[in-house]
Amino acid sequence: MATTTPTKPFLSRTWDYITDTQVWKSVFRHGMPNNSRNRVLVVFSNVFLHLHPVKIRKSGIRLKFTWCMGGLTFFLFLVETFTGLLLMFYYRPTVAYAYMDIIDLAEQVPLGVMRELHRWGAHAMVISVWLHMFRVFMTGSYKPPREFNWNVGVILLVLTLLLSFTGYLLPWDQLAIWAITVGSNMARATPLLGHEGPGAQLLALGDVPMVHAGSDARFALLGGRFVGEGALLRFYVLHCVGIPLVAGILMAVHFWRVRKDGGISGPV
Amino acid sequence: MAAVDILKDVVNLLTKPWLFITLSSIVFFVALPRPSFWRPRLWLALGVGGAAFLAVSMLDPDFGLIVRKPDNVPIVAMLFLVGFFVWLSMYQAHQNDARIAAGQKPMEASEGEDQKTWVWPDLVYTELLCMVIGTIVLVAWGIAFQAPIEEPANPARTPNPSKAPWYFLGLQEMLVYYDPWLAGVVFPSLIIVGLMAIPYIDTNPKGNGYFTFRERRTEITFFLFGFLILWVLLVILGTFLRGPNWNFFGPYEYWDLHKLEALVNVNLSEYVWVKTLGTRLPSNMLVRELPGILLVLVYVGVLPGLLMRSDRVAGLPIGLKRFYDKMGFFRYSVFVMLLLGMVALPIKMILRWTANLKYIIAMPEIFFNI
Ligand code: HEM
Repeated sequence: MATTTPTKPFLSRTWDYITDTQVWKSVFRHGMPNNSRNRVLVVFSNVFLHLHPVKIRKSGIRLKFTWCMGGLTFFLFLVETFTGLLLMFYYRPTVAYAYMDIIDLAEQVPLGVMRELHRWGAHAMVISVWLHMFRVFMTGSYKPPREFNWNVGVILLVLTLLLSFTGYLLPWDQLAIWAITVGSNMARATPLLGHEGPGAQLLALGDVPMVHAGSDARFALLGGRFVGEGALLRFYVLHCVGIPLVAGILMAVHFWRVRKDGGISGPV
Repeated sequence: MAAVDILKDVVNLLTKPWLFITLSSIVFFVALPRPSFWRPRLWLALGVGGAAFLAVSMLDPDFGLIVRKPDNVPIVAMLFLVGFFVWLSMYQAHQNDARIAAGQKPMEASEGEDQKTWVWPDLVYTELLCMVIGTIVLVAWGIAFQAPIEEPANPARTPNPSKAPWYFLGLQEMLVYYDPWLAGVVFPSLIIVGLMAIPYIDTNPKGNGYFTFRERRTEITFFLFGFLILWVLLVILGTFLRGPNWNFFGPYEYWDLHKLEALVNVNLSEYVWVKTLGTRLPSNMLVRELPGILLVLVYVGVLPGLLMRSDRVAGLPIGLKRFYDKMGFFRYSVFVMLLLGMVALPIKMILRWTANLKYIIAMPEIFFNI
């Protein structure tokens, strides 16, 4: 009787077959990360996992410590990027089309929950970024050596709010234009730079005022004297390109610094 | 039925801005340093009680109308989330304080916690779990609630109330007390600058990388007062309790377009010249506003020096000498300016509620009102 090795179960054999193909091996350059060597390799050889160190302090990955809030914020940013891209296929940022395109999204597009995901995701991101900041404060994680990264964070917080604010206008309904009208009216009162701000009258060449309704901070924001075509285009460009680009770059800086500052904070 | 109505009236009364903000502040200052307020059971009861209150109140048509607005749903969720996470952090902080008082290390430095562990699988799986749960919640939410779309934009028809996006409603609420150049421009800038300055002002080396309250009592109290009372609470007020003409409406009150609120607010100049001295308002703007100008100059110019001298001012424990000693001149100057800026809001609120004060300095001629 020939000695045969006991045959492995079907699934296991299939797995072995797949992981032995040239295609698989070309993608994954190491075996399952169930031993130290492969656990190092999985982090080193993957550009996304490479955001992480190979080993990390136990207290720093506890959910009760970080609440995963920074991670959730980043995840929501990715969700917004993806759903936003899909929305851009349908949406045209002009006064003539914008509103109807949004209506069509709900009524004509099959499985149209992208607008819902995008809007609720945006609200969720504002909330999660507040909670993340709150956590970082409560664990004192802004203290040396992480002062700079806290500052990067504050800018990210502002950018998150601006992302949401610029997006608010795009449906071009009553809710949108009046919310942005109320919000941008404040710019009118900017000291020196708004035409109803203290000190603006001082900036005049003789009798000619330099800061007026057609040249002040609000005008620059809206591209007009009121929330109209110019504002819609400006907000669209900022919302879809300008702010996400800057926020994306700053997130890269933020994550890089989390590692360079010694990983997630912990007691010394 | 009558009992329910009385109950509704009580809630409507308790949520009046002055009472709501005052009571919340009192609860805040009483609860923060006391471990007994942060027991899990109490907060579980609070959460369940809050949910029950919400569910029962939905029966009221006026309440339901506002809370069920699709854009307001996340704010209700935020209320519970902020409550939960404030509890979670303060609970751990007080637990650590007890450990430290008993001579132990904080939890984050206890046996095994200071060891290193593999990112794969330990961290990667947690992240995956968060993403999966996040996706499920978001998709369920997206299916349950349609994104709102109102009538097409119409620049000729202003809705009443016109509200900014919800996360800016704290700023819009500030407009009740301060003019746009302060509430909409200066204060937001100060908030951003203030947040950025925190790591450089706070020189306390303790409490870095673990939850604690006792080792950072003052910092946490200032920050949480700003975050919870002056930001989150004002967002709630602006979202749920401000109706047409930015008038106050209790949660069970009908948003009546014609509700009249008597406008009885009086400027400081009027108090001084007309009511106290019995003369007419001087015609020269600067003379007229001299009392207010002096007051503001004292507030930003003299007060910082006064507070720096000792730990008690006029018998009250509001002196800042110990901060000055720790921080040195430059840090102290930035700190005290930010602090005075932050405290300016509650001060104006109290003056409005108690003395109907409108403006301390009123120079509408040059758009300069404080
Ligand atoms: C778009 C916004 C943001 C994203 C995507 C983000 C992401 C992250 C992530 C993933 C971490 C790792 C730890 C964790 O998950 O808690 C982190 C840490 C950190 N974040 Fe953020 N963050 C954002 C905004 C902020 C804000 C607003 C602040 C503060 C004002 C901040 C300050 C910090 C600091 C100081 C750390 C290091 C924490 C530690 O070492 O314990 N970040 N951030």
